[in-house]
Amino acid sequence: MGYQMDFSVVFAAFPQLLWGCLGTLGLALAGMSLAMLIGVVGVVTRQSTIAWLRRLTIAFIEIIRNTPFLVQIFFLYFALPALGLRLNPTVTAIIALGLNGGAYAIEIIRGGVQSIHKGQVEAGLALGLRKAQVFQFIVLKPALRAIYPSLTGQFIMLTLTSSICTSVAAYELTSVAQRIESDTFRSFEVYFTVTLMYLAISWMLMTAFAAISRQYFNYPTR
Amino acid sequence: MDVVFGFKEFVFLLIGLKWTVLLSLIAFTGGGIVGLLVALARTARSTALRRSMILYIAVFQGTPLLMQLFVVYYGLGLVGIQLPAWVAVAIAFTLNASAFLGDIWRGAIEALPRGQTDAATALGLPMLSQLRDVILPQALRIAQPATVGYMVQLIKGTSLAAIVGFIELARAGQIVSSQTFAPILVFGVVGAIYFALCWPLSLYSARLEAKFAAAR
Repeated sequence: MGYQMDFSVVFAAFPQLLWGCLGTLGLALAGMSLAMLIGVVGVVTRQSTIAWLRRLTIAFIEIIRNTPFLVQIFFLYFALPALGLRLNPTVTAIIALGLNGGAYAIEIIRGGVQSIHKGQVEAGLALGLRKAQVFQFIVLKPALRAIYPSLTGQFIMLTLTSSICTSVAAYELTSVAQRIESDTFRSFEVYFTVTLMYLAISWMLMTAFAAISRQYFNYPTR
Repeated sequence: MDVVFGFKEFVFLLIGLKWTVLLSLIAFTGGGIVGLLVALARTARSTALRRSMILYIAVFQGTPLLMQLFVVYYGLGLVGIQLPAWVAVAIAFTLNASAFLGDIWRGAIEALPRGQTDAATALGLPMLSQLRDVILPQALRIAQPATVGYMVQLIKGTSLAAIVGFIELARAGQIVSSQTFAPILVFGVVGAIYFALCWPLSLYSARLEAKFAAAR
């Protein structure tokens, strides 16, 4: 009993924690970029007429979505060096986040592509639009609008998931927090503060995404 | 002396699996009970109640599960409650599950036509009976695919208990891996066990969804 809360060590370490926040954002951004790349390529191979390519993509999606991220990152952490790739932990974490996010991105983007009816493309061409215009205004923009909420939600989820990358000692907020905790033994104070920082990050992202959506997708659907 | 990954090590993983399953069941049951209250409060007439539940859900959905685990784990110790590690972990997962399930069920309750409540009120059914006999049976049916889908998230989430040292499947994997120096094999097997647990649930969830989509 009689535990005295002491946040002074947390305030002293504030600059380190803010750098950690940047680390988390960078990790999430890099991971999401890789995830988008995998997502776009994966949509093509997922629909491919080549059976083994299609099956391989489906197997990838199902394996990633039905195993914990922690196990995935441990596996990669040991499997990549076995393949001759000696990478630093942060790069390993980016690959793990990219693969994980990619599996979800494939399904999200696939939904967006399928939401565009073939008749709309034909109608656009019949109206005399050039092919590039049809792609930009009739395929790309509505498809982006359709997947925007899921995709941005996925980005925030990936940002939160990145905290698990501390288990391979990647540079991000949670690993910074764990270092401070082991120096100061102020576990609760450190983790409580860091939790609020994550909350601030996800609220900031949500607000920014909503603002972008209002700016770019502000036109009537029907 | 070298330890190879044999029968004994596999059994050790299965004991870890037992804890993963138990932890998931506790969190789902506890989270289900609290989550029901969250969903009801979130759709209640009282503005204060609704707002506080919006905040509750936003906090759990806007922070990493790992941080929630740390805060609850160390927070309970601070207020002088000495609990075994697995109880602290179970409480954290229960709270997290209650927010997610509460939000899923909130969506289902709101999806019901307003006439359902109006008709039940017009029939003179008391509040409790309205919920038990009219609203919840329909809402929980709509929420079935998402609820089963969330169970997969929950099972995967319990792996984070490994980071606070609780020996469930993922932690058991770490231990066996460092004993046998065969991390790729061990984490491959651990992943396969998680997959065997989660995939059937994912398939079931997708089937329920297709069934509801066809019925609509």
